[in-house]
Amino acid sequence: MSNTNNPRRTAAETQAIVARSLKRRYWAERRFRLYGLAAVCAGMAFLFYLFFVIFSNGLGAFRQTQLRLAIHFDPAVIAPDGNRDIDALRAADYQALIRAALKSRFPAVEGRAASRELSRLVSGSAAFDLQQRVIGDPGVIGTVEDLWVLASDAVDLLKKGHIDRGIPEDERPLSDAQLSWVEQLEADGALALKFNTTFLTGGDSREPEKAGIRGAVVGSFLTLMLTLLLSFPLGVATAIYLEEFAVRNRWTDIIEVNINNLAAVPSIVFGLLGLAVFIGFFGLPRSAPLVGALVLTLLTLPTIIIASRAALKAVPPSIREAALGMGASRIQMVAHHVLPLAMPGMLTGTIIGMARALGESAPLLMIGMVAFIVDIPTGFTDAATALPVQIFLWSDSPERGFMEKTSGAIIVLLAFLVVMNTAAVILRKRFERRW
Amino acid sequence: MPDESPLLAAMDSRATVGTITVPDPIFACRDVDVFYGDKHAIRKVGIDIAKNQVLAMIGPSGCGKSTFLRCLNRMNDTIAGARVEGQILLDGKDIHDRKQDVVQLRARVGMVFQKPNPFPKSIYENVAYGPRIHGLAGDRVELDEIVNHSLQRAGLWDEVKDRLQQPGTSLSGGQQQRLCIARTIAINPEVILMDEPCSALDPIATARIEDLMEELRQSYAIVIVTHSMQQAARVSQRTAYFHLGDLIEVGETDRIFTNPRHKLTEDYITGRFG
Repeated sequence: MSNTNNPRRTAAETQAIVARSLKRRYWAERRFRLYGLAAVCAGMAFLFYLFFVIFSNGLGAFRQTQLRLAIHFDPAVIAPDGNRDIDALRAADYQALIRAALKSRFPAVEGRAASRELSRLVSGSAAFDLQQRVIGDPGVIGTVEDLWVLASDAVDLLKKGHIDRGIPEDERPLSDAQLSWVEQLEADGALALKFNTTFLTGGDSREPEKAGIRGAVVGSFLTLMLTLLLSFPLGVATAIYLEEFAVRNRWTDIIEVNINNLAAVPSIVFGLLGLAVFIGFFGLPRSAPLVGALVLTLLTLPTIIIASRAALKAVPPSIREAALGMGASRIQMVAHHVLPLAMPGMLTGTIIGMARALGESAPLLMIGMVAFIVDIPTGFTDAATALPVQIFLWSDSPERGFMEKTSGAIIVLLAFLVVMNTAAVILRKRFERRW
Repeated sequence: MPDESPLLAAMDSRATVGTITVPDPIFACRDVDVFYGDKHAIRKVGIDIAKNQVLAMIGPSGCGKSTFLRCLNRMNDTIAGARVEGQILLDGKDIHDRKQDVVQLRARVGMVFQKPNPFPKSIYENVAYGPRIHGLAGDRVELDEIVNHSLQRAGLWDEVKDRLQQPGTSLSGGQQQRLCIARTIAINPEVILMDEPCSALDPIATARIEDLMEELRQSYAIVIVTHSMQQAARVSQRTAYFHLGDLIEVGETDRIFTNPRHKLTEDYITGRFG
């Protein structure tokens, strides 16, 4: 009757059944693609929203309100006894210079209370800037200079539109009188948003207008450099030993299982370990990039080892046989042939590990890198903090001005991640070889 | 001569038929057993390998011919769980002797694999690698000479002389296999082991490799594992037939293919199985 395998159907009937099922199969495929597309779109939308929020909040951190004041570097205030050595210059009352400048700018202001309100328009750190100016160049003493000085946090918030003038005076950070002074200054062009170099070059501060991330950036950099120096060679060597040299037995199996488990251990546990071993037992200094790097090395090692072993496994065995067949020793086989081929994968794993280490804050809290540190660290044993910890600290601060600093620091952190990932891609491309 | 008896050996006999010895052998193997874990891969194999001859090893898949080949330069050492017993003498010295360095052994016994596996480096570097790691060339000029000479002997020089710096992997399959042969002869071995060297190649490339083997046997002993009986008949002077881990029959190639003396050999070469 027919030559099909099923004696009950003709070829035409079989084809009809296939045609019916085709429609269903194509629909299933289309549906799956739609799910995928929808998921990607939703993900992108949230990502863009996140970036929008971070950037709209954080870009303000890169600009800071400043006041233009005619500062008279009055010798009677700075050096009343004519002594101009550095200690005397440092000890002088620069706040008085600012008060005097404000007073001459607003001669109508009378009385102690009003004067104090007036001087609150200027940041407390402006006096420090004047001090630095005079120490840097004592020649300015006696002259009058038009200088841009940092405005206070409240003025900055007002300028950036974060203060509602409609709310009652006693709930506002600025009084009616202060508002009117600010308006006068603005009308004269003596109040402006300027690029905030302090944010990039300064250390942490209790005053938001003065706070910078340089300390955290340098801390993160020192920590990560050391982490990379420790974890890359150690991780790659471990992977090579386990993959190419170690005999397979119960012990290596146990080691392998434990490395995989370590990758899943919560990072704060590594912090506790660091606290107990490096600080408690070995007596290394607290809050130091050295200890941070040791802890982050422990944290990233499993990632690097696992990625490196996968990269080694992906090298075709024929290359190993070829090398051994030529009479290469095992170490020559690895160094000359296997390692170059596995390098891109190893580098990718390392960069992923480093990116994770860069974003890690929990273990650093445990070893004291959460301390309030104003000075910019200069070495591996100086007290330091790290970018994510700085973000955490600022997000926790009550001052409204730290909100945009938090987002600004996040932008810097993201920029670092982008740079690192770009470096990974470039390195990968350079090392990649076809076979 | 007793082994020229026309009688077929009994079907169930697994003792090797034919003459396993040759005068002045380069390799003398006796009672070689190989185990992969619990699996007994080859049993009590004994055979001599002559200088300046091609020995072909044939047999159905899984018969142990490649396993035996890999014993000769101790490549089985690289397989976890592999164990080799018995005696394998290279020029009268046991290759499993503690004093025998495996790196040196592999420099004396080169190997060409089934799938061409040039290093992902330039053609020049592929050939120069062996001489370089063994320190065979004193200077750059000498190294150039070795590379040039090896490529010429492998019949590849004319095709690649203008592109020595291109990757070895950019060559065609047949060229790659000849590059692997050039790489092997660059370290001047005494024996070349070939594990189905033509199974991934087209007939023209295969013919070139076969011509090459005929030429190379003037200087080297060659052992080839092949699935093609025609190839074995064309290139070899002696043939060994393996069956399920046993060496069934050894003899002059002409004799094996015209007058096999074991029933299994006869069945295989007449195409009844395998």
